[in-house]
Amino acid sequence: MAKVTIDNIEIEVPDGTTILQAARMIGERNKADRHVVPPTMCYYSKLKTSGGYCRTCIVKVTKGSEKDPRPMPKPVASCRTNVMDGMVVENTINADLIESRKSVTEFLLINHPLDCPICDQAGECHLQDLSYENGKEASRYQFERRTFDPIDIGETIKLHMTRCILCYRCVKVAEQITDGRVHGVINRGDVSEISTYIQEAIDNDFSGNVIDVCPVGALTDKTFRFASRVWFTQPLDAHRDCPKCSGKTVLWMKGEEVLRVTGRKDQWGEVEEFICNTCRFETKDKAAWTIEGPRKIDRHSVISQGHYERKLQQKLLDKAAPDAPSIEPFNIADR
Amino acid sequence: MGRKLLFEHITKPGIQGLEGYRANGGYRSVEKALKTMSPEAVVEEVKKSGLRGRGGAGFPTGMKWSFLAKPPGVPRHIVCNADESEPGTFKDRYLMERIPHLLVEGMITSGFALGAESGYIYIRGEYFYVHRILERAIAEAYAAGWLGKNILGSGFDFDLHMHIGAGAYICGEETALLESLEGKRGNPRIKPPFPAVKGLYDRPTVVNNVETIAAVVPIVNDGGEEYAKIGVGKSTGTKLISAGGNIKRPGVYEIELGITCDEFLNSDEYCGGIEGRALKAVVPGGSSVPIIPGELFLKTAAGETRLMTYESLSDGGFATGSMLGSGGFYAYNDAQCIVRSTWNHARFYHHESCGQCSPCREGTGWMEKLLHRIENGHGHMEDIDLLWDIQRRIEGNTICPLGDAAAWPVASAIRHFRDEFEYHVKYPTKVKDPDHFAKEPFKRELKASYA
Amino acid sequence: MGATIKAVTTREGTKPFAFSEAALAECRSIIARYPAERSKSALIPILHIAQSENDGWLSVNAMDAVAQVLGLKHIEVYEVASFYSMFNLHPVGTYHLEVCQTSPCMIRGSEKIVGHLSKKLGIQPGETTKDGMFTLKTVECLGSCGSAPMLQCGAKYYEDLTPEKVDAMLDAMRAENKRQTYTDR
Repeated sequence: MAKVTIDNIEIEVPDGTTILQAARMIGERNKADRHVVPPTMCYYSKLKTSGGYCRTCIVKVTKGSEKDPRPMPKPVASCRTNVMDGMVVENTINADLIESRKSVTEFLLINHPLDCPICDQAGECHLQDLSYENGKEASRYQFERRTFDPIDIGETIKLHMTRCILCYRCVKVAEQITDGRVHGVINRGDVSEISTYIQEAIDNDFSGNVIDVCPVGALTDKTFRFASRVWFTQPLDAHRDCPKCSGKTVLWMKGEEVLRVTGRKDQWGEVEEFICNTCRFETKDKAAWTIEGPRKIDRHSVISQGHYERKLQQKLLDKAAPDAPSIEPFNIADR
Repeated sequence: MGRKLLFEHITKPGIQGLEGYRANGGYRSVEKALKTMSPEAVVEEVKKSGLRGRGGAGFPTGMKWSFLAKPPGVPRHIVCNADESEPGTFKDRYLMERIPHLLVEGMITSGFALGAESGYIYIRGEYFYVHRILERAIAEAYAAGWLGKNILGSGFDFDLHMHIGAGAYICGEETALLESLEGKRGNPRIKPPFPAVKGLYDRPTVVNNVETIAAVVPIVNDGGEEYAKIGVGKSTGTKLISAGGNIKRPGVYEIELGITCDEFLNSDEYCGGIEGRALKAVVPGGSSVPIIPGELFLKTAAGETRLMTYESLSDGGFATGSMLGSGGFYAYNDAQCIVRSTWNHARFYHHESCGQCSPCREGTGWMEKLLHRIENGHGHMEDIDLLWDIQRRIEGNTICPLGDAAAWPVASAIRHFRDEFEYHVKYPTKVKDPDHFAKEPFKRELKASYA
Repeated sequence: MGATIKAVTTREGTKPFAFSEAALAECRSIIARYPAERSKSALIPILHIAQSENDGWLSVNAMDAVAQVLGLKHIEVYEVASFYSMFNLHPVGTYHLEVCQTSPCMIRGSEKIVGHLSKKLGIQPGETTKDGMFTLKTVECLGSCGSAPMLQCGAKYYEDLTPEKVDAMLDAMRAENKRQTYTDR
């Protein structure tokens, strides 16, 4: 076990835990401490070797360990740095570090198209969240932005490379949970791109998960394209017996229509279980699903602003769904 | 004349081949080490010598070697970094081309010291013809029994192979080099773990520069203490300096660390002074190190004579000093435009950024665009402050040192030559001609910021 | 700068590719340098061989052949080939002139050499002459700063260039008319 202090909050964690994981443990232990958790754009706990690239999760290590108390000279990526016993980490309490994170945010945005009004990811985009918290009000970048042609990679997935921040998550999904990766990162430097290089469809049972792991609107669901803003949809937890995956999903409803099916995301924005393409793209009939109830969405999310939960529950009751959960009083502190 | 340890025999006829090399005392270090020394004793000599990594970072070699993990049953590797890509640096090419067996010998002796099963020489793709020369040298060494099984009957087995790159500055960063050697994109790894623990094929690996490995040969031959007698303080031994730019005698010089910068620049033994015009600025250690005005190269801010050592060249920190780096020295005469050169540097780093982490991927291109605009007479005064701010935001926030390397030349150019940037904004028509300072050398209007 | 980047390429219009016997033998000897399960290490050296056997550039067919030799996924080869600047993903002229333009060369006049070549050949850097004889390219530091300005063509370095030397070089190349590659011996 190792004792680590992050922003003056102490926690004991197993050896081999990363600083980021330790911070998340602090956040899970006490919701009030969640602010010490660094934002992540490329790290994904379910994907091996992910993280380290985007630099948004950087923190300052002011004391290396009990044994070697020297501070680390530069900010480190918390997602790829293991804690040591006695380590002291500064995140939100270090003004220089906050400035560094703002720098990283600015770099991520200078070539981003900022086309949120026409982007399907808006409302659940991690880059939006990051820039809301760490961005500047105006860009200092006065040059033409880098653009790429949007392309279809397969029947169901749209790639808007222009929006990509090169987090490598989709590449790791293809490598680690599908058989036969056909896309990757080609070229170098700021013209690097996610690509199949040749016109080849990404076609396998789990390819749709690249959409769920994409932190921005670079990979979106073609079957949901322009169907609705996410905050006008109502998410329902649902499941079905699926021979390929757990079948545990979220249905994004508009009225009785299933507009989109996704995996269930946890409080850190990561899917709990990867789902198959049959569930995601081909099972859009509500009758095929067992509805569990409204999906809890963080109250800070724009999706929550429609108070979909109460509306949905009301609707479920109205329809006299036999196993619908009973409405509890709206309690903001719970959410 | 300074002592030559690496280049002593470089002009001897036939030195490129095994026979000529052997006739001039070649492979003595292998004989000495394998027959009379333990691997630990060789490491000890290297520690005593005070040898520091010659690739640019200047990290003590003996210490780097002693970090090598030695879990039982796991093969270890030594990898020679012959990716020499730092602008201004061409010493390794010269050494490998002229006296290839010196590197082969150094690899065998170093491999013995580290208990390595095999070694690879990773050479940049552009040096394909040098790759051929080394392949020949390795084949000769195998044929003569210097490589392979049971070398000199000592029971030590060592294989040495060449590996060619294909054009990527970033592969000079040791973990990017290892990725490339594994057949992947040259993306630097996130450290820790360091190569000494998890390097090539996840095995413990030491990566050393060509010159560092070559220097092991005289260290073993004559002893670490003898080597350490040359030099000043923690800068021991000799160093190869690649000299270029507007000097009379460009070339590769082996200097004793500790000679004065003035002697190096102006004596006929080395650079022979500036060609035709007046000295303006110097990049002493490859394009990544801060550029400094000529007068600050010759004397420190405190007025002391500057020496060609790691310490003296960095005296004054980044405010008034620079770094010895890889020894890629180039000088500017007063016809040169610092803004144009800084733009050129920025373009280089933009082109060579691997694209993995955001500050470097996005920031290097931004700096290039701003510098291009200023150099071509379209800049604004705010652009100079913006540039300063961008470089500051890249530095320290990236996975590997390329971010810092991209930031420092920009920072130092603004620090020392801000008035020249301002001139470009004030007189856009005068800088339209790319040769603007050739006809009318720039006269400083402001006091330099270090004064 | 600013131009929209085309996302994909195709196999169409490129000729089939197969390694020669001699090249395959060389590939095998390169693979033998690395531990058995680490043959991917041979990727870059073998891409060089493929490029030389395919008129100096890597078509999709050539890269797919490399993938087959090493038992790699095609994308693994594309990823690597597109990372390194010496691999040409488009056809190049018989003589691929790569002029170093980085600072140490620049301060010794590389811009004038590029300008001279550009004028003589009637093309801009990045372009190929209509007859397919020359491709002009500006590249970053080639490690020849002491003999600047300089250019590389195939395995050969042309150093301490002057306009006169460039003219003589071009004339000799036109007379010889033989493709130069990095792997030339």
